[in-house]
Amino acid sequence: MRREAGEVALAIEGVSLAFGGVNALSDVSFDVRSHEVRAIIGPNGAGKSSMLNVINGVYHPQKGTIKLRANGGWREFHDMKPHDAAVMGIARTFQNIALFKGMSVLDNLMTGRNLRMHSGILAQALRIGPAEREEIEHRETVERIIDFLEIQAYRKTPVGRLPYGLQKRVDLGRALASEPQMLLLDEPMAGMNLEEKQDMCRFILDANDQLGTTIVLIEHDMSVVMDISDRVVVLDYGRKIADGMPDEVRANQAVVDAYLGASH
Amino acid sequence: MLTSGQATESAPMKRQIPVTALCAVLAAGLFAPLLTGASALGFWLEVLLGGLMAGVLYSLVALGFVLIFKASGVFNFAQGAMVLFAALTVARLAERMPLWLAILLAIAIMVVLAILIERLVLRPLVGQEAVALLMATLGLSYFLDGFGQTLWGSDIYSIDLGIAREPVMILDTVVQGGILINRDDVAAAVVAVLLVGTLALFFQKTATGRALRAVADDHQAAQSIGIPLNRIWVIVWSVAGVTAIVAGVIWGGKLGVQFSISQVALKALPVVILGGFTSVPGAIIGGLIIGVGEKMAEVFLGPPMVKAFDLAGGGIENWFAYVLALLFLLVRPEGLFGERHIDRV
Repeated sequence: MRREAGEVALAIEGVSLAFGGVNALSDVSFDVRSHEVRAIIGPNGAGKSSMLNVINGVYHPQKGTIKLRANGGWREFHDMKPHDAAVMGIARTFQNIALFKGMSVLDNLMTGRNLRMHSGILAQALRIGPAEREEIEHRETVERIIDFLEIQAYRKTPVGRLPYGLQKRVDLGRALASEPQMLLLDEPMAGMNLEEKQDMCRFILDANDQLGTTIVLIEHDMSVVMDISDRVVVLDYGRKIADGMPDEVRANQAVVDAYLGASH
Repeated sequence: MLTSGQATESAPMKRQIPVTALCAVLAAGLFAPLLTGASALGFWLEVLLGGLMAGVLYSLVALGFVLIFKASGVFNFAQGAMVLFAALTVARLAERMPLWLAILLAIAIMVVLAILIERLVLRPLVGQEAVALLMATLGLSYFLDGFGQTLWGSDIYSIDLGIAREPVMILDTVVQGGILINRDDVAAAVVAVLLVGTLALFFQKTATGRALRAVADDHQAAQSIGIPLNRIWVIVWSVAGVTAIVAGVIWGGKLGVQFSISQVALKALPVVILGGFTSVPGAIIGGLIIGVGEKMAEVFLGPPMVKAFDLAGGGIENWFAYVLALLFLLVRPEGLFGERHIDRV
């Protein structure tokens, strides 16, 4: 049984983003409720990744605001930094996997705990009690995630040596390691075979279900999107053309046109 | 799609041939004086040790380069100037207080310097082209050279490490005549090994070290999981400052603290080219190869060359490192231990 979607946790209001003269996003507004699986879809170049990068603080929109619920109130961002997003409990994965390739799976996941580590650099270097205890606690959390993602066998393997599908899983693991409120997934199934896709779907839904993590995802595989999403927002040429339940969106004429390339 | 060396089996093997050949020639050159009987074993060992000692210093400076390059992608031209600045600071402070206190204070000063560099140079220039940052560190290098002298004076100063000057004789039962070795050289090597070992442990075993490696691997991903780049930069520049202190104190203790330190430290450039810009072991082994190589060339290649071609003099030590680096660039542009670039096409 899926969790009920809660109140609005993230509101995007009138966001416009341009690179030089090219409008990547024009006046886009939508919201994300806590505990839901929210998909952003659209043809190539629709502005999906840009949207994710705005939420994550990588791109700064020229217009509009990003509002995040924090401790019962709202925090408004105009000029958010990736670090702010991380502090606000937003974690993400990357389309072309941005793992730390030279480091082991375990170390990659441990970096995800970075924001929750508080012992000073000297305490760490000297292995003073609290720093040591902290490291052990974080290690336990990370081990739980390793079990959850079924990657126990690769714990000490340098990530660069793992096959693509497993790297994607480690990428998800690193994001989960920070115990985020909200998880942004940029094409989590891209380049995967059917079996890997099914595994990934299961992990995403389990994270959503068991940990209550809000999921915002971009995905090209429509059957996946329609299966796992609660609500879908559709972008085309940087504009929002539809927003609603998967069935509504599927039936929407503007969406069909956008995908089939009908003349406007 | 990726094009990598693994695509075809024979390609990586074939690539190894020039490097292996170059290394073989170097190794042959190293042992040639012994095999041809041009040198006694004792003298050859002394030259070898002398080269290794110089190499340790090159390694320390190169280590500073590599740390900063890995963590921030900045080619820090000012590393040599930092060595001079650190040496001057320790030398002048030590006139007023015990050496250990002077070194502690110098560490504090280098940390403050790192914070200032991050705030005033790196942060405003982040996202600019690499050339802009290179020029900034070039400027920084001249500033530190000059400012160090403004602050501390421009004479030649000495650092007294409190180690007896007279060399000791070792291995006199094994090698005829024994080998003379300086105590301060031995101390320097021990300190350098300790420093490198400590750094390795710090990088591998602590949370901050892990964050540093993460930043070195992928900036964007590191930021997305909340690793603060600014703090990491301060840490690596501080660590580079500490290696500069160690190199500066050893160097200054041996040869006196003077302006030429800043120039000699630039020998770290061929070292990192040879070892690879992104490799810590590369910096260390590269330093030792260059140190030994140039000493051997100076002593054993110089005199016969001068005689054979009726040249004016030696001076091989001054350019040998750069020629060696050039040769390595030709056969292996990424350096002995550097990461190969695999491009998406």
